[in-house]
Amino acid sequence: MDRLMDVVSLFSIALIVTVLISLRRAHIRVEYSVGWLAAAVLLLLLSRSVTALDWLAGMLGAGNPALALLLSSFCIFLLLFYRFSISISKLKDANTALTQRLAILQHQIETLHAESKTPGQDQD
Amino acid sequence: MNSSTGRFLVIIPAYNEEAAVGHVVEEVRRHVPGAPVLVVDDCSSDATVLVARQAGAQVLALPNHLGLGGCVQAGYKLAYELGYDYVVRVDGDGQHDPECIPTILETLRETSCEMVIGSRFVPGGGGRTSVARRLGIIFFRLLLRPILGKTVHDPTSGLVGVNRAALSVFSRSFPLDYPEIEALVVLQRKAFQFVEVPCRMRPRRAGKSTITALKSIYYVLHVMLGVFVNVLKYDGPRRR
Repeated sequence: MDRLMDVVSLFSIALIVTVLISLRRAHIRVEYSVGWLAAAVLLLLLSRSVTALDWLAGMLGAGNPALALLLSSFCIFLLLFYRFSISISKLKDANTALTQRLAILQHQIETLHAESKTPGQDQD
Repeated sequence: MNSSTGRFLVIIPAYNEEAAVGHVVEEVRRHVPGAPVLVVDDCSSDATVLVARQAGAQVLALPNHLGLGGCVQAGYKLAYELGYDYVVRVDGDGQHDPECIPTILETLRETSCEMVIGSRFVPGGGGRTSVARRLGIIFFRLLLRPILGKTVHDPTSGLVGVNRAALSVFSRSFPLDYPEIEALVVLQRKAFQFVEVPCRMRPRRAGKSTITALKSIYYVLHVMLGVFVNVLKYDGPRRR
């Protein structure tokens, strides 16, 4: 149990350091780093506080604090992934709209060029 | 093309269809002389754009690959912005017989339906379909029956004509993947009407279908979820 708590603490610290380095190198945007940092800090606090973990195990009916820690880690990262799925969906919609708009504008520019070369000819 | 009967456009979504798209454009121009033909190229890596232009089509070239729904919607958006009254979609692989286009246009003009579907499975239509595809079609026919309130015999047909009212809806909201079935539900949410006319389908002229055996399972699940979401979606008051 103690070893598991230490492993989770080390993992949380490694995650915090990795996210901060990524932020410094501009590999991740601030708005997307907040979720990761909050998750890592929460896991770190849980892994260092036996009282909090016992309380959480009681709340979840897990019986075992280690199981409560794993379950809460799983839920935290599941929420993070869901949030990213929403962000990716929005980006895909925006990308689709931009791609279509760009193609339409390009088409209209080409049509205008063609019309300016042959004045009086209708597009149809 | 004719101001008294409404301007119309034929759109041909195409992705890596250099072997078929030229023939499709020529066939469309033969069956509907004088019709403007727009090939919507979904960022092909082959000579689809060149072949389509050489065959006499205008080309709307997408700078990114969007998939069939995004590609068709780009064509609908352009048609809507250019003020077309009717748009007929014909696939770029040569499976759809352009001989049906005049019938689809005539039906759009003479009925109050917002969408006309070229169907293999109504009397007069035809074309070879694999057993798996036929089973899928029967499944979606049964699934859509209570949702649409009527039977659609060929719900996966991509040979469709729409009027300006449907164009207005599709230019704003159109399913991005496997759009044919979900598009029917989108129209139903607006209380729009559709009708099927007999059409012949042929084997594709070149290339392979993107829907493999494994993907067909994903296709069924994806479309079922899409239909379910569209049924749940509240999109403003319905048209009376």
